[in-house]
Amino acid sequence: MNIAHYVKAKSLEEAWQLNQKRSAVILGGGCWLRMSPRRRVATAIDLMDLGLDEIRETEEAFYIGAMVPLRQLEISESLETYTQGAMKEALRHIVGTQFRNMATVGGSIWGRFGFSDVLTLFLALDAEADLYKGGRIPLSLFAEKTADTDILKGIYLPKKKRRTAYASLRLNATDFPVLACAVSRTADSVSCSVGARPMRAQVRCLPVGTGMTGEEAERAAREVADSLSFEDNMRASRIYRHDMAMVLCRRLLLQTAGEGD
Amino acid sequence: MREINRVVMKKDALQLMTGKPAYTEDLAPEGCLIVKALRSPHARAIVRHVDTKAALTVPGIECILTAEDVPKTRFTIAGQTYPELSPYDRLILDRQIRYVGDPVALVAGRDAACVDKAMRMIKVEYDIQEPLLDFRQAVDNPIVVHPEDDWNPRVPVGGDNRRNIIAQAEEDWGDVDTAFQKSDVVIDRIYHTKQVQQSMMETFRAYTYLDEFGRLVIVSSTQVPFHVRRIVATALEIPKSKIRVVKPRIGGGFGAKQTVVMECYPALITMRTGKRAYMAYTREEAMTVSSPRHEADVHVRLGASRDGIIQVISVESLWNGGAYGDHSPTTVTLSGHKSIPLYNRFSAFRFRYTAVYTNTIAAGAYRGYGATQGIFALESAVNELADRLHMDPGALRLQNIVQQGERMPAYFNETALSCNLGECLKRVQAMIGWEHVYPRHVLPDGKIRAAGLALAMQGSSISNVDVASATIKVNDDGFYTLSIGATDMGTGCDTILAQIAAECLNCSVDEIVTRGVDTDTSPYDSGSYASSTTYLTGMAVVKTCRSLIQKIKEKAALMLDCDDPSNLEFTGDAVTDPVSGRRVTRQDLGNAAMITNDIALEATETHYSPTSPPPYMAAAAVVDVDLETGHIDLVDYAAVVDCGTVINPALARVQTEGGLVQGIGMTLMENVQFDSLGRIQNNSFMQYRIPSRMDIGKIRVEFAPSYEPNGPFGAKSIGEIVINTPAPAIAEAVYQATGIRFTELPITAEKVYLGLKDKK
Amino acid sequence: MRIQYWLNGKMESDEILPGQMLYELLRKKGCYSVKCGCETTACGLCTVWLEEKPVLSCAVLAARIDRKHVMTLEGLQDEAQEFARYMGQEGSDQCGFCNPGFVMNVLAMARELDNPGEEEIKEYLAGNLCRCTGYISHMRALKRYLTEKGKGMRL
Repeated sequence: MNIAHYVKAKSLEEAWQLNQKRSAVILGGGCWLRMSPRRRVATAIDLMDLGLDEIRETEEAFYIGAMVPLRQLEISESLETYTQGAMKEALRHIVGTQFRNMATVGGSIWGRFGFSDVLTLFLALDAEADLYKGGRIPLSLFAEKTADTDILKGIYLPKKKRRTAYASLRLNATDFPVLACAVSRTADSVSCSVGARPMRAQVRCLPVGTGMTGEEAERAAREVADSLSFEDNMRASRIYRHDMAMVLCRRLLLQTAGEGD
Repeated sequence: MREINRVVMKKDALQLMTGKPAYTEDLAPEGCLIVKALRSPHARAIVRHVDTKAALTVPGIECILTAEDVPKTRFTIAGQTYPELSPYDRLILDRQIRYVGDPVALVAGRDAACVDKAMRMIKVEYDIQEPLLDFRQAVDNPIVVHPEDDWNPRVPVGGDNRRNIIAQAEEDWGDVDTAFQKSDVVIDRIYHTKQVQQSMMETFRAYTYLDEFGRLVIVSSTQVPFHVRRIVATALEIPKSKIRVVKPRIGGGFGAKQTVVMECYPALITMRTGKRAYMAYTREEAMTVSSPRHEADVHVRLGASRDGIIQVISVESLWNGGAYGDHSPTTVTLSGHKSIPLYNRFSAFRFRYTAVYTNTIAAGAYRGYGATQGIFALESAVNELADRLHMDPGALRLQNIVQQGERMPAYFNETALSCNLGECLKRVQAMIGWEHVYPRHVLPDGKIRAAGLALAMQGSSISNVDVASATIKVNDDGFYTLSIGATDMGTGCDTILAQIAAECLNCSVDEIVTRGVDTDTSPYDSGSYASSTTYLTGMAVVKTCRSLIQKIKEKAALMLDCDDPSNLEFTGDAVTDPVSGRRVTRQDLGNAAMITNDIALEATETHYSPTSPPPYMAAAAVVDVDLETGHIDLVDYAAVVDCGTVINPALARVQTEGGLVQGIGMTLMENVQFDSLGRIQNNSFMQYRIPSRMDIGKIRVEFAPSYEPNGPFGAKSIGEIVINTPAPAIAEAVYQATGIRFTELPITAEKVYLGLKDKK
Repeated sequence: MRIQYWLNGKMESDEILPGQMLYELLRKKGCYSVKCGCETTACGLCTVWLEEKPVLSCAVLAARIDRKHVMTLEGLQDEAQEFARYMGQEGSDQCGFCNPGFVMNVLAMARELDNPGEEEIKEYLAGNLCRCTGYISHMRALKRYLTEKGKGMRL
């Protein structure tokens, strides 16, 4: 890697100060950096000593530190219960265990990657991004902004009674998704997010009780798909993605409409 | 049969599994110059000027070579027996750029960092030319990929560089046109397969140095050490006597390392600088400037009578050689020669082919070697024929396949001396529960479960061409060393050949040390390719053992005061004289050979085969297709192989499973995509998807051996045939599930979905 | 910059560059079991343990192992030998190039999972690519290894 300086930050303030310079970069798990070997970094800022690698659970919320590896999310029993297994389903296809031991929640979210399973799921869960300077903002807002020089401290996941499901299509089991979709129902609304379009995931909020039957789900899924834009890339065409968004949304709407409500 | 048909752990298993240094990079000495190639971003261009001035000032840079600095003799990098059928159409560095990635300069320096820096500072001026990217437009295109006057086909194979033709031929047997006219049913389709990457885990790599005699030593991860010696000598214009090639452990080959992809580069650097040099291809280079399977259009026409007798087969293959002709004239012939002879009731067949140049990656050798493309096409057509005739595809095949003892007009008139294909077919249908899965049924979750079938064949060595040898020595205390020129690339041939020797010499495998290849000391072998090692080198081992036993008896006769060595009996651990009852142990013989001795307890024998006995196999695939998404789950795959006698069942099984999964990858996910400028987009394992273990359902393998009289203990080959069935078997299963015939690989979910959408 | 770390249980101290990868450092330290297969975190050949968790050493900055424990196959030879015999009996070692990284992940899995099912095993090991074997023989070896070792496996 082309890295001129490496700094293990002693405080978020120090990290933030360093990050104001051009060509500084906050390290997540290092995976994405590894895939961009020609990138030149003046200062690599490491947050590993700042205690951001914990999942904390309270009555009201989960707080997931930015340095929590994906694997930790995947094996968290309380998150598994809370999401009815959707968390594990969103993560288990990502490359391999070793990769998920490294890649961090912060890195996945901050990168706002067009292929991100993590962003797709958290959007449907009404998560908030906790920024060092910017404070807590809805993840949907965060996802639309371009990357700036603030620092993502963690993800705030407010607890609500919800039913969640996740599905993705992939060329093979450990590939980037061709399309990813998450649906989460609460007493107030239904969140449906679609990622790997192949642009950043976007979320649509549907009225409570949407898509409880086959026909309704079909119609709602079509509306969601039609409201989103899709693109071609190596993995699939715009048309396929659009149509698959319909299929996956419909299936997840029905899956979350099932018993328990 | 003590050692034959027995599971023996590979001799190197424990060392490799525990991570001991064994591969090229592990063995490369300290202080090698690091060599990298600066490559053209253009598919076709003339290099007008290369400015290396600034780059040469980078501290640590030792040497930069451009087209002006390299020898001017054209050569081929195809690792084949001389004279190669592949045209001599390359230079180490050429001013004419023929595809994206063609090298422009070689840079050597103290470490990777300084080389990278220097490469960024080299300025290249190109005259960019319009590239020829579509192989269907290649013949007689105004763009000529090889305009040079010194284009040099060593053997005439119908090529013409002015017409972009590497090789061309046609062969008719019987009255083809009449046979088609008389046929009740004709199937007529073109099948398209793409470049597929071998994707061995260890990329191409070699290090080079000058030894104490001033000779060039090349330590290379190669399947063909003796061909490396010849090809590098030709390319560098130095005598073969000045080169020694050593093969350490190889991290996979699958045919990729049957091409001498990069050995010339560090070799030339060492010759110019006198210094050690090391070059390892990045994964990106291994994906973009390597030697993948040939892209092909295979046009099959099948004529059959109403009762399901195949009357005539026509195969016409168009082969995309890419920028250079390595392996094109040979791989293309297998598309017909190793597919048509599966059937043998016809009155006529036709095989025509054309291999062409384009400005894309030069293709080469990949497991299956052209048979894979041909079998996908022919077996898909046979499946379609069964469907058209409303016949079971197994029953249709049973009444058409070649039988043991038959002469095969489509296989050089060779006789099928060992063939158990019918049994393979019947067994595989039983294994998969054919009557329950074929053709299709709807699962509770709405998916469609369906099945498909395919047959395959290959050869065992290249008949009347390739040569194998073995040397066996008796050492102190009577242990043996077996020297071979064949290369174990993970297949286990060092162990398998030791098993054959142990069987002949009536000892245990552990008493035989196998020594891999050093061209200075190993007996000549063409190399490990063309499914030849067990069959051909195995036979050389058998012959060598016979000769060695004679030598052992000769020495024993002296020690036992016996006049006629032929009266003695060799029992493995001793030689006995049945008349006197006296005996001398092998241990004593070995030791006696090292004092006051004039009989070398050593033998070398060489072997070639006038025939190339085909192994045969049958396979069945069961898929679940999600009609809403097009997603295909391969849930079950069964295969039955006739590779003759199975020498080592564990290794034969793993060869089969591994080949099947490579074939599955080619069928369902491996997809080389070019952009409009001819650049390969799938240039990493992130973008070129090979199967992970999560993609693989059940795979079951059984053997239905015949006995090949020309093979060692009845053995034929297994290495290549195993990659050939997945494409046609899975394509047929997908057809049965969806009603759509896929004639292009890979068959992705999107293609299935869009096909179904079209149909509606 | 200088780092101090434990390599296979032994304290080490090295001068490194800020951009240096753990993979490169380990090869320099003579840990030849650590291989590079892809350069894009996709193949698993470079797997080592960092603080007892399997990671891809080609994507770990050496700077990040300061004061931490790194384990390579060189430090797990007895366990590697034991598992290798099961693989060897199946012939599933083949070319051997992907094996050290695979063994590292298998040994991590054996510590982490109790009585794993076949799908769980596949998922845990999915980041280890192998082009020779087609994976089926790995599972045969793993079943016998886990069962005979008393680690259990839900069959």
